[in-house]
Amino acid sequence: MLVHSRKAKWAVWVLFLVLFVPLFALPLLVVLGASLATHWSGVLPSGPTIDHYRAATRGEALQALTTSLLTALAASLLALAVGTWAALAAAALKKSHRRVMDALFVLPVAVPSVVVGLSVLVAFSQPPLLLNGTRWIVILAHTVLVTAFAHQSVSAAIVRLDPAYEQAAASLGAGPARVLWRVRLPLLLPSLTAAAGLCFALSMGELSATMMLYPPDWTPLPVLIHAATDRGALFAGSAVAVVLMAATLLVLFAVSRVRTRASYR
Amino acid sequence: MSIRFDSVTVAYDGNVVLDSLDLTVAPGEVMALLGPSGSGKTTALRAVAGFVRPASGRVLLGERDVTDLPPHRRGIGMVVQQYALFPHMRVEDNVAFGLKARRATRAEIRQRVADALEMTGMAAYARRYPRELSGGQQQRVAIARALAVRPAVLLLDEPLSALDARLRSGMLGELARLHRELPEVSILYVTHDQIEALTLADRIAVMDKARLRACGTPRELYRAPADEFTASFVGNANLLPVTVTAGGAALGSAELQVDTAGAVAGARATLCVRPHLVGLGDGPNRLTGTVSEIQWRGSTHRLYVDVAGHPVMADLRELRNPPAHGDEVSLHFAPEDAVLLAAGVGGDER
Repeated sequence: MLVHSRKAKWAVWVLFLVLFVPLFALPLLVVLGASLATHWSGVLPSGPTIDHYRAATRGEALQALTTSLLTALAASLLALAVGTWAALAAAALKKSHRRVMDALFVLPVAVPSVVVGLSVLVAFSQPPLLLNGTRWIVILAHTVLVTAFAHQSVSAAIVRLDPAYEQAAASLGAGPARVLWRVRLPLLLPSLTAAAGLCFALSMGELSATMMLYPPDWTPLPVLIHAATDRGALFAGSAVAVVLMAATLLVLFAVSRVRTRASYR
Repeated sequence: MSIRFDSVTVAYDGNVVLDSLDLTVAPGEVMALLGPSGSGKTTALRAVAGFVRPASGRVLLGERDVTDLPPHRRGIGMVVQQYALFPHMRVEDNVAFGLKARRATRAEIRQRVADALEMTGMAAYARRYPRELSGGQQQRVAIARALAVRPAVLLLDEPLSALDARLRSGMLGELARLHRELPEVSILYVTHDQIEALTLADRIAVMDKARLRACGTPRELYRAPADEFTASFVGNANLLPVTVTAGGAALGSAELQVDTAGAVAGARATLCVRPHLVGLGDGPNRLTGTVSEIQWRGSTHRLYVDVAGHPVMADLRELRNPPAHGDEVSLHFAPEDAVLLAAGVGGDER
């Protein structure tokens, strides 16, 4: 929106802050405040301390952070590979078939994640594929949950990709494999990194399906936060939450740096 | 290498976009496919490239039937309207792309990339990215990329239409020079611009509504067009409805001397006269009428004269005292400058 007069600009800024601060910024600030406090009985938290952070960056919490990062990394890479592959394959299908495929990939998002978690649990608690009790069941569930987003954003990018590039490559003698690796995937790179970042962030925050599946030696950070708040340790839980938030944002920032370098126009 | 269309028909969803095209481009020949949009000319080119599959008919490159070959096995070079340079590759990598796909050796790639960039005058820009180049420069890179693989057949799909008018006429000269340097390459050149076709082509194939209307040298098509569509699409034309008489043709009450070429007296026909061959004042084949419009175009004046209800255009060298709107004037043309077209043949169904 274009706003020209100085007064109107101020009004728009004020409106933005009035809407944005309470809805988005304040809850995060509250967590940040709580993580640094020992009491919160008045308007503001009191008894400043960094003890919670000491606890949140070592021992059990540190291990949970590593677990979360590894799970998110594995799930987002798997989801990106599967989602991209499916999107590329779907692009070659007839329109009616493509719709069926799109619908199939949206299913894990449309269904509540508790249901997805339960179905993964039931499906892989029996031989031949006995994954229950291992870390793989958590990674698998996260992959199932985030693949939809990878598939969707890569599909959208493929539709926007000008077929002239592939055709130029083919006319120069490049076979389908070379066209894919040298032309289509490099041109899709900005969307691929965006999709990877989205999948990573979603996996980092996943709780409801994870709750049902995680084995004792593979506890992701959200589970730890839930456990802490459940037993009433709100301030310690807040510190862990801030660590989770910071770690996620750091990775997203790194991914976005890759993305800026990969965009061409 | 020759390009041959053998009754090639292309249809999308039952909609025929190219109707049994028969056409042969000789080795080393420049063939322009000229026509308005939707005439099927681009479809014909894409059938040679392999991006559309004919519903029936065959496409041959030399002696080889390529109808069922995928595009990357056809060994052609192609330049499209928007160039489609790979934005993530430097100019030199764009040009090397086809050579790498053909598994040329490293030394050969370096040599051929240098040659192709030299030939198109882009050697100084090898390390640039496409987005850092102007439209004309991108065009040259696209041509260099297509030529680097030394194709025997070059397909050009409206290669100049994204350029502005001045650049376009410069690039026309460049393309003509490239063809002189590579006389063995057959070129299929798709365009809607008659000037490009007249300037570059050895022969022009005029297309309209999915069909080939006429094919011949630019001179043949210009001097003696086969039908009204060709006459009006290759150059400007006055097309006058006349009745054939014993000694020529009659336009209303005016009796005109023209070569009837065996047309039966009394038959209806169309008289085609190029506007620049119409003169002002008295002479043979006199037409009188009132000036309905006069346009000054710098070196010429164009007169629109209403002759018995039919508009007649005359392009005249700049006049010292041009007639005014509404003036009564006489026009004339030499009998040998007019062509009688049989009415109805490719007639005026538009």
